[in-house]
Amino acid sequence: MKTLVIFPIIIPLITASFCLVSYKTPRLQWFFVGLGNISYFIVALTFLWATYHGNYYSIQIGNWEAPFGITIIIDLFSSIMLVITSILVFCSLLYALTMTPKEEFRLGYLSLTFFLVMGVSGAFTTGDLFNLYVWFEVMLMSSFVLMAFGGEQRQLEGSIKYVILNLMSSAIFLASTGILYGMVGTVNLTDLSIKLSMIEHKYPKLIVSSLLLVAFGIKAGLFPLYFWLPASYHTPPPGISALFSGLLTKVGMYSIIRTFTLFYREIDTTMQNALLIIASLTMLIGVLGAVSQNEIRRILSFHIISQIGYMLMGLALWTPAGIAGAIYFMAHNIIAKSNLFFISGIIHKKTGSYNLKSQGNLYKELPILSFCFLCSALSLAGLPPLSGFVGKLALIIAGINANAYITVLVSIVVSFLTLFSMTKIWIYTFWGTPNHKKTDTSETPQNLSFAYCSVIILALLTLGLGILGETFFTISYKSAQSLLQPLTYIEKVMGY
Amino acid sequence: MNSLILKTAGKYIAPLLFLFAIYLLLTGHNQPGGGFSGGLVASASFILLAFAYGVERTQNWIRISPIYLIALGLLLAIGSGLFSILTGQPFMTGVWITFNSLSLGTPMLFDTGVFLVVSGTTLLIILELLKEV
Repeated sequence: MKTLVIFPIIIPLITASFCLVSYKTPRLQWFFVGLGNISYFIVALTFLWATYHGNYYSIQIGNWEAPFGITIIIDLFSSIMLVITSILVFCSLLYALTMTPKEEFRLGYLSLTFFLVMGVSGAFTTGDLFNLYVWFEVMLMSSFVLMAFGGEQRQLEGSIKYVILNLMSSAIFLASTGILYGMVGTVNLTDLSIKLSMIEHKYPKLIVSSLLLVAFGIKAGLFPLYFWLPASYHTPPPGISALFSGLLTKVGMYSIIRTFTLFYREIDTTMQNALLIIASLTMLIGVLGAVSQNEIRRILSFHIISQIGYMLMGLALWTPAGIAGAIYFMAHNIIAKSNLFFISGIIHKKTGSYNLKSQGNLYKELPILSFCFLCSALSLAGLPPLSGFVGKLALIIAGINANAYITVLVSIVVSFLTLFSMTKIWIYTFWGTPNHKKTDTSETPQNLSFAYCSVIILALLTLGLGILGETFFTISYKSAQSLLQPLTYIEKVMGY
Repeated sequence: MNSLILKTAGKYIAPLLFLFAIYLLLTGHNQPGGGFSGGLVASASFILLAFAYGVERTQNWIRISPIYLIALGLLLAIGSGLFSILTGQPFMTGVWITFNSLSLGTPMLFDTGVFLVVSGTTLLIILELLKEV
C-alpha cells in the first residue's frame, strides 16, 4: 500500500510518455490511455477505501527525512479528489474520442491531457508547499498548450490572458513560500503547521496566509481575482474547457482548504470574516455575470466562479459540517459543471453556434441530451433530489449553525439566480423555434455516441450523488473532521 | 547559410561538443555538470551542424525524431525511480551497484533521462524554427 502512494503521479506520467512514443499512431495511444486511466481509477478507489477506514499513507521521496525531503501523503480528502479526477478524465476521454479532430491526437492531445492529470494529482497528494508550486507549474504548462490547441485567434487571445494571470499567481505563490521559509525555515506543510502554531504574534501568519489566499484565489477564481476565467474558458475546444472547469479551479480551492486547515488550528476572526465576505461576493458577482451573458459557455464560466464561492463559504464557517459541505460541493460541482460544458459542445456540433439566440427547439431533436442537461442544470441550481441540493442544504445548515446569516441569505439568493440563468438556457436552446440552419448536413453525419455516453454517465452520477447523498456526505464529513484535527496527519508525516 | 568556414569548422567542432556533453553528463554527479547542461551542449552540437549543413541533413544524422528522445528520456527517468521500489524503499531512492572501484547508480540513469529530454526538447524547438528561416 505504501509503495502505491506515488502511483497517482507516475501512472499519468508513464501514460503520457507512452503516448509520446506512439504519437504517430492514435490507435496505440488510445490503448495506453485506456490502460492508464483504468489503473489510475483502481488505485484511486483503493485509496478511497483504505483512507475511509481512517488510514493515512505517506512516503518520503528518495528516503529523505520528513521536514527536509518531499512528502507525498494521501488522506481521505486527497483520495476523494483523486477518484473524482479519474472519473472526469475517463468521461473527457470518451468525449474526445468522437468530438476531437483526428489530427489533434497526432499533435499530442492525449499526452498533454495526462501531463495535466499528473500535475493535478501531484497537487492533490503533495505534502510540501514548494512541491505544490511545482505541480501548479506542471498544470499550467500543459493547460497552456491545451488551451491554445487549434490555434485560432480568439483561442490565443484567451490563453494569453490565462497564462499571464496564472503566472502572476505563481509569482505571488512563490513569494509567499519564500516569506514562509524565511519566517520559520521550512516548506513542509506539516512542519509549517507545527512551527506556525508556535508563533505567538498573529500578524505574520495573517499576512502569509492572505498572500497564499491571493495566489490560490487567482487559480480558483475568487472575487476580485476571477476576471481571467470568463475571458478564457469559452475559447478552447469544449472537451478541454470541461476538463479545465472541472479540475483547475478546484485544485486552487483544494489548496486553500489544505493550507488553511493546516496553518490555522483555530481560525482567526479577521481571516474568517474576510473569507465570508469574499465568499458572498464571489457567489453574487459570479451569478450576476452569468445572468447578463448570452453565450452558453460564458454563462457556464461565470457559474464556475459563483460555485467556487459556495466552497469558500464552507471553509470560512470552520466547522466540520461546513467543510464537509465544501468537499461534497466540490465533488458535485466537478461532475455537474463539466457535464454542462460537455453538453454545450454537443449543442455547438448540432447547431453550429454557442449563442443562445441562434439555437432552439433542441428538445424535440435530442430528448436524451435535454434530459441530461436538465439533470445537471437543476443540480447546479440545487433542486432535490440532485446532488446540488444536498451540497447546498449542508452548507446552509452549517451556516445557520455558525450564525453566518448574511452569507446564508446570499447563497439562497444566488441559488435562485442560478436557476434563473439555467432556465434561460433551457428556454432559448431547448424550447422555442429553431433558428439554426442545419449545419451538419453538408458534412458526413458524425457518430456522437461516445460523447453521449460520457454525458449520460455524468448525469447519472449527479443523480446518484444526490440520491445517495447521505453516504457521500458521511465520507466528506469524515474527511472534514480529519482536516480540522490535523494531528494524525502531522504524526504520520513527521513520524512522532 | 552557406559558409565554407562554418562547414569545415563545424565538422570538427560538433563531435568535440558532443563528447564534451557526454563528459558533462558523466561528471555531473560529483562535479559541476549533469544531465541538463549536458543535454543543452549535446543539442548545441547538432544545431551547429544544422546551421552549417541545413536542417534536413541534420535530421538524417540524428535519425530519430526528437519526440522519441523526449519520450525515452522520460521513461528512463521514471524507470530510475522505480528501481528503488523493487528493493522496498520509497520512490526515487538511489540504488547503487559497485564493481571494484566503479559504482553505478540510479541517479546516473535519471541524469541520462534528463539529458535526453533536454536535448530532445531543444532540438525539437530549434530545428522546427530553423525550418521557417
